[in-house]
Amino acid sequence: MVASGHLLSVLIFFPAVGALALLLLRNDDERFVRQITFAISLVEFLFSLILLWLVPIGAAGYSLEEFKRWIVAPPINYHLGVDGISMFLVILTTFLMPISVLASWKGVHFRLKEFHVMLLLLEVGVIGVFLSLDLFLFFVFWEIMLIPMAFLIGIWGHDRRIYAAIKFVLYTMAGSILMLVGIVWLYNTTGTFDLPTIQHMLQSGLLVLPARTEMLLFLAFFVAFAIKVPLFPLHTWLPDAHVEAPTAGSIILAGVLLKMGTYGMIRFCLPLFPDASHKAAPYVGALAIVGIIYGALVALVQPNLKKLVAYSSVSHLGFVVLGIFAFQNIAMQGAVYQMLAHGISTGALFLLVGMLYDRRHTFEISEYGGLSTPMPRLAAFFLFISLASMGLPLLNGFVGEFLILLGTYQVNWKWVAWAATGVILSACYLLWAYQRVFFGAVTHEKNRELPDTSSREKWLLVAMAVVTLWMGVQSPFFTRRIAASSRKVVEQSNGYQMHEAAAPSAKPAPAATGIPAASVAKLSTERLAVR
Amino acid sequence: MPLNPILEYLWIIPLLPLVGSAINGLLGSKWPNKVVNAVALGTTGLSFLCALEAVREFFASGQQLFRKEFFDWIVAYNDLRIGFDLQLDQLTVVMLLVVTGVGFLIHIYSTGYMSHEGGYYRFFSYLNLFMFFMLILVLAANYTLLFVGWEGVGLCSYLLIGFYFLKKSAADAGKKAFIVNRIGDFGFMLGMFLLFRTFHSLDFQTLFAAASKAGVAVEPMGQFGVLTIACLLLFMGATGKSAQIPLYVWLPDAMEGPTPVSALIHAATMVTAGVYVVARSHILFTHAPTAMYVVAIIGCATAFFAATIGLVQSDIKKVLAYSTVSQLGYMFLACGVGAFGAGIFHLMTHAFFKALLFLSAGSVIHAMGGEQDMWKMGGLRSKIKVTFACMLAGTIAIAGFPPFAGFFSKDAILFSAYNSEPGGKILYGVGLFAAILTSFYMFRLIYLTFWGPERYDKHKVHVHESPRSMTVPLMILALLSLIGGWLALPAFWGRKNYFADFLAPIFGAEEVAGMDAAAAHSLELILSGVAVAAALIGLIVAWKMYSKGARQGTSTGLHKVLYNKYYVDELYQAAIVGPLMWLSRNILWKVVDVGVIDGTVNGIAHGTQAVGDTVRRTQSGNTRSYAVWVVIGAIVVFGIIFWPILRPVFNGTVLGGVR
Repeated sequence: MVASGHLLSVLIFFPAVGALALLLLRNDDERFVRQITFAISLVEFLFSLILLWLVPIGAAGYSLEEFKRWIVAPPINYHLGVDGISMFLVILTTFLMPISVLASWKGVHFRLKEFHVMLLLLEVGVIGVFLSLDLFLFFVFWEIMLIPMAFLIGIWGHDRRIYAAIKFVLYTMAGSILMLVGIVWLYNTTGTFDLPTIQHMLQSGLLVLPARTEMLLFLAFFVAFAIKVPLFPLHTWLPDAHVEAPTAGSIILAGVLLKMGTYGMIRFCLPLFPDASHKAAPYVGALAIVGIIYGALVALVQPNLKKLVAYSSVSHLGFVVLGIFAFQNIAMQGAVYQMLAHGISTGALFLLVGMLYDRRHTFEISEYGGLSTPMPRLAAFFLFISLASMGLPLLNGFVGEFLILLGTYQVNWKWVAWAATGVILSACYLLWAYQRVFFGAVTHEKNRELPDTSSREKWLLVAMAVVTLWMGVQSPFFTRRIAASSRKVVEQSNGYQMHEAAAPSAKPAPAATGIPAASVAKLSTERLAVR
Repeated sequence: MPLNPILEYLWIIPLLPLVGSAINGLLGSKWPNKVVNAVALGTTGLSFLCALEAVREFFASGQQLFRKEFFDWIVAYNDLRIGFDLQLDQLTVVMLLVVTGVGFLIHIYSTGYMSHEGGYYRFFSYLNLFMFFMLILVLAANYTLLFVGWEGVGLCSYLLIGFYFLKKSAADAGKKAFIVNRIGDFGFMLGMFLLFRTFHSLDFQTLFAAASKAGVAVEPMGQFGVLTIACLLLFMGATGKSAQIPLYVWLPDAMEGPTPVSALIHAATMVTAGVYVVARSHILFTHAPTAMYVVAIIGCATAFFAATIGLVQSDIKKVLAYSTVSQLGYMFLACGVGAFGAGIFHLMTHAFFKALLFLSAGSVIHAMGGEQDMWKMGGLRSKIKVTFACMLAGTIAIAGFPPFAGFFSKDAILFSAYNSEPGGKILYGVGLFAAILTSFYMFRLIYLTFWGPERYDKHKVHVHESPRSMTVPLMILALLSLIGGWLALPAFWGRKNYFADFLAPIFGAEEVAGMDAAAAHSLELILSGVAVAAALIGLIVAWKMYSKGARQGTSTGLHKVLYNKYYVDELYQAAIVGPLMWLSRNILWKVVDVGVIDGTVNGIAHGTQAVGDTVRRTQSGNTRSYAVWVVIGAIVVFGIIFWPILRPVFNGTVLGGVR
């Protein structure tokens, strides 16, 4: 238990140390650079698995908290913590990282060392985002993550990489500026950046935000997250970023970065601004449904395979947002589950698309056709992952979709009636694309002799497929650990509502959030006065 | 050793084929056919034996319902628990034996039929996987686990229809089947959600107990209460899976798959899943007469509509496909008029004779070297005698001549329809007319194939009987098509209706209300006579038209409409698929996404750039212009600093006049 006291810090900074070490290496030994990075990311993954033991099942609050004063005035603290939701997002990140390193084994040669440094720094930012309990610290990691991703797209991307990288950065910045304003405003009102403290103040009634302020704050945070998700109509950065990003970038982008948006909604929007969330829910739900259907329909007609998968993400993340804004236990759990499932299955889809690209250097569907004949194994994996993505029972996509739709139906059946059409459409775009790429006779001479999966690729895909199947069959392994945290979010989003008709007994006792005494003491009560 | 070893480990029955599928799928590509056979047949055969043993143990234990929870699958707090729970009752027993029994026979047949095909291991891997999902479907103890099987068989159907994936038509057909089924699944899922909202459970036992409580009112005809809507949504799923109007369009195309697949999946087992679901949910349906009525009407309409298309098809498998759609319609008609037992009975007999017909057709196709057009066959009866005899047995059974199986099951359905309210006489009339059509198109098939002149090129086609592995399953199925019906002899034959008694614990005894036994018997006798007469009419007309060698004429008028399946596919294409694609491509993607949203985003970017471009000009590098800016800036700064002093001056001089 040496590390357990600082396990979260280790998780965040181990890749950074690894990146530093990598910088000291010579650039010319490609294989060694790859091996070292792979080893670092693998060790990081194993570290993150320790969380499964250390985070108690059934505890709603944060575990393994770390608290260090960072800046005294304003009181910004290095405050980390993990709960059931963030734990799995961290593990998802650390799992996808070695996959990404292996996925780039053959495709990337240019400035190899820097590439891997960027990947590891990206991991630092992403894990930091998931583990921060201080709003300012969260913002710092949120911005840190942006830089390596922009470089990954801009340097190692495809033809229009500069355009895509700039678009990615500016889009995200536009949102995060708003979030920064929100964070500062919230600080001015509460005198703290500490998330558990603010939650505690809200819960105990110490802090009551006027409706207008709450709505503005909600919007400031929500827009930033909605861009990241991305929620229709803020999604147009995504197809460009994905198409131009290298395979590893796409895997992380789709697998993890998009989840930062939905994670932010769960962690900040709902618990901090419950009334505003409820007021906005009809609009957010409508946008989510539009996103589900719109994303699917646009995916249907894409001539570019990678863009197709990118638009399918818009559709799938719409389900997640819908589940979050149903404020319903089952739906919320489904939303968290769907985040994980989408991370695996869409990550795997990008991995597969990347493998096709490595062979033929194109994403155009019309350039392929009949690939089942030269590469039956790849075709089988592609089908398996596609089926998972379209939500076939016993594979991971079904559990999330089912819980979201079932839960949301309990509060709003009309939403579900619309959203469930996405289930039909996902079969349409995936099967049609699959048919055009893999079925039929080989139409291009170049495709006739394409090699099937190498053993590296095969084991990569096996790993993804095994997780896909395992998540689909043994979902309680995950949901039991997510349950308490996701339930707390729903309770917080419903519970603060003062004038609810709900019986008081139904209101849960506020869970102890483990607020550091120091930060509570520092609350300057005069600041709580409503402006 | 537990008391009931198989019952306690009921999962072994579906698991065996899954193991077979995995072994063949992962390793079979390098194995010779014999090893693949051993794995595929061994696992399904063992599964069949286990099923028999489970059924024996079930009856020996004398339980009403055996139910066992194996592990949790989806859990959300205490609100929701969906487990791998399997159950066994009389209804499941029927399905279980049909699936494993017929499934095993078709596996045997496939070893002969597919022996010259590439991808042999792949075929058996899929076929075993199908068995796994189908067994999950019939053994499931809750709707969600049933849905696993439901979707899974759809997947296997997709894989097997598209087995010859080099052919575009096959790949298209597989995709169409999956997507059309998904449309039905949309309804099925919403039905599940509604049931969960109402009863807080998806477990059969809990849910049906709640629904049959005294407090739950039967929703009167015309009222769309929760149960009615839930039943209609479930039925929407059934129309997809069981190829009923309006979602039947995928099944005829599904004939692109290898013929054993058509027999197993698209005739005997998978397509009957919809009927099974309706029968399984009979407690819900009996509380929702409106939904029942819709089921009856859709079933009856489909029975008739599909039969008319079957009249003119020239592909031997297409005839059988439309016949299947039509027969499934009969089953739904039975369920819709409350005769669930009769529906399940027809499901069973249909599994026998339709599997037989498809396999015989496969044998014919095999004999003809792959030819499926009946207009290029003829006079085969002396050349492939076993196939001919078996196919004739199947035809007699489906046409409804006693004492073959189809007679009894179809008779029971028509009898129940006749006695139903409202509009039972109309349902009966349409059903009877469809029976005439059935007899006609089946004997047309027989005459075109086995009678008349030989319309094929004798130098190219060497007609030969199929190997043992194919003919033995045919003979077994032919026997079942003969005796299968004797399980439910009508009362006037003086024998017990074993089948109805068997299912009585589930559906209750089927009695015609308000009619004494004697009257019912005489009515049943009359209706049986009418049914046989109907079958005879069909037979005679077909004999007149086709037995002496008809010629394929040009298709005009009504014939052309029927031959083109009422242009429903074209209608769907023009009304739904085409517009949706156009909308997606030309409006959503190119206008909304690229034009409006991205246009706005890039517009902002360009706007910013333009502003910057203009402001940039102030940085001209020209010393004199900088000097001017310095002076202007200095004036502004001084102005601000000295504003308190300057204000009264301004107020007094400039604005003084105003004041």
